[in-house]
Amino acid sequence: MTERAVRWLRRNLFSDVWSSATTLAIVAGLLHWLPGLIDWLLLKAVFRADAAACAAADHAGACWGVVAAKYRFILFGRYPYAEQWRPLAATVLLLLVIVASGLRLMRRGTLLAAWALALPSFFLLMAGGVAGLSPVASDQWGGFPLTLLLATLGMLAAFPLAVLVALGRHQSGLPLVRGLCALYVEGVRGVPLISVLFLASFLFPIVLPQGFSIDVLVRVLAGIVLFAAAYLSETLRGGLRAVAAGQHDAAAALGLSRWQAMRWIVLPQAVRAVIPSLMNSAVSIFKDTSLVTVVSLYELTGSLSLALSGDAKWRSFYLEGYLFIGLIYWICCYSLSRFGSSLERRLAAGLPVNP
Amino acid sequence: MSGRRLRSFALQGAVAVGLALLLWLLFHVTAANMHARGIRSGFGFLREPAGFAIGESLLPFDSSDSALWALVVGLVNTLRVALPAIVVSTLLGTLIGLGRLSPNLLLSRLCQAYVETLRNVPLLLQLLAWYFVVTDLLPDAGAALQIAPHVFLSKSGLALPWFGGDGGTLFDLPVRGDFGVTGGAALTPEYLALLGGLSLYTAAYVAETVRAGIQSVPRGQSEAALALGLSRVQSFRLVQLPQALRSIIPPLTNQHLSLSKNVSLAVAIGYPDLVSIADTTLNQTGRAAECIAVIMAVYLLLSLVTAWLSAWLERRTGHWAERHD
Repeated sequence: MTERAVRWLRRNLFSDVWSSATTLAIVAGLLHWLPGLIDWLLLKAVFRADAAACAAADHAGACWGVVAAKYRFILFGRYPYAEQWRPLAATVLLLLVIVASGLRLMRRGTLLAAWALALPSFFLLMAGGVAGLSPVASDQWGGFPLTLLLATLGMLAAFPLAVLVALGRHQSGLPLVRGLCALYVEGVRGVPLISVLFLASFLFPIVLPQGFSIDVLVRVLAGIVLFAAAYLSETLRGGLRAVAAGQHDAAAALGLSRWQAMRWIVLPQAVRAVIPSLMNSAVSIFKDTSLVTVVSLYELTGSLSLALSGDAKWRSFYLEGYLFIGLIYWICCYSLSRFGSSLERRLAAGLPVNP
Repeated sequence: MSGRRLRSFALQGAVAVGLALLLWLLFHVTAANMHARGIRSGFGFLREPAGFAIGESLLPFDSSDSALWALVVGLVNTLRVALPAIVVSTLLGTLIGLGRLSPNLLLSRLCQAYVETLRNVPLLLQLLAWYFVVTDLLPDAGAALQIAPHVFLSKSGLALPWFGGDGGTLFDLPVRGDFGVTGGAALTPEYLALLGGLSLYTAAYVAETVRAGIQSVPRGQSEAALALGLSRVQSFRLVQLPQALRSIIPPLTNQHLSLSKNVSLAVAIGYPDLVSIADTTLNQTGRAAECIAVIMAVYLLLSLVTAWLSAWLERRTGHWAERHD
């Protein structure tokens, strides 16, 4: 046992002079910094929602009290306090369906039905106006449910658009369509997301006919979809190019039309080939939702600022608030990317993606 | 004409007509809306005085200068963050990427933790947090931290020696007084937070790019190099690195491009980059379409120039690798 441990140490931490020096330097650094960090994070931290105790600690310890005092506002934004069980229920429902999809707990038909049920229920719970639920306008929606909604719907709506654009750019018969798709993809990928969000928030209202207005939430969502689809379509196009030409020929030899071959033979293989990159895009979209706070939609990042900026008692403990929502983002994004790499391993092992 | 060509011709004709109709409709509706709301259009406002002040700028600027000049100042501010951030993130990212491949488990795990933490939290949140740390948690200027000789860090930013003093000296050295730090060059908290946040965040992506690039070189290459009697360092420099660079440079260019697009998040912490200034101009003049068009045009131009540069660089590294083959 000890012999194995020594061998492990020698191989991984002390294989040569350089490695030993590195190990010692890192251990010294950890010994120097870690106690202070643990003090700040835990030992000297204030966990109660007690502003006076937090002020007395004077940043020697973290003030987690700010989270204890404000977590409802941070998580749900300006949604009416008494009704906040609704966004909670909606979020849990949507998360359950997402996790069930990821863990392959359901067959495809059941899964589609679950999604078809969960998304309308999400909106009904949030918006109300039916079944005795008081109506809540979408400008009151905020916090984590809004983040989740923007990321999920953004991804779901961007995917079909991305498939169309990727096909349009991939085929060779229609140069005009190919040019337009290329213009769209390269145009969007060349500009920052903020400018697309400005476009959605300032310009969409002007280009719509008079008397026809759409909700700012929908406009911003459209902006996110347009942005995400450009990136997704490039990924998909890479997948389309990776499918061997023989597949087209074999499908044609079997009597399938070009679109049948695309739908049943080529596209499934193309999507499979790029699933890991698609998951990376999903992580990016999730993180990018934080930018909508710039156009006055208060998702998780925005609702934190909303919760703390007006409150002099807690205003000096933003860092703890940032760490709290940072942890939420991290858990979501890290699970997504772990899920991506597990799919990658399954694919590499030749296992099916669906049960 | 064959059936297929006819069909493709007809389909493209339909697309063209549909698109033209859509554009015409869009233009028509927009013009009517703008007329109804009394919105004027055109780029004439660019020559009128900007009417706002800019927090910091390399170029001289005054609120009576034109809006166009304000945007130029913004673009220079964007580049003033983007270029150093590209250098810092590339160096730091390369080190972390190499660290992840180190045979030392502790080092590689530490580098992995860095990458996994920074990549999975939104950049905007990281920038806001850095900005808060600089402006709220650092000491006041009167009690500035001295982090190196004549380098002071405080709530009001970083003061460091710079060329040219008043008394004809080569360097102008900052000095800490009772009311703050005077002399030298001063970097504002906004600039520091943006530069630091962007560099640290992008370094995580660069590290992944570097790691993937080096891992893409088959093991047999370094084994063969060692068998030929090259040392580890020689094998890395002469065999692995030139081959790895070929697969590192294209994605690395993409990282640099997305870094320069991410400078636009400056708007959240009040650093006057191109997008913040275009946003301010938009709010002052109401010319939404024009201001957004300016942002997009500048960034598209930047992308084109970078694409051209990277193609050139790729050709160069291609030659460079071949010379060592």
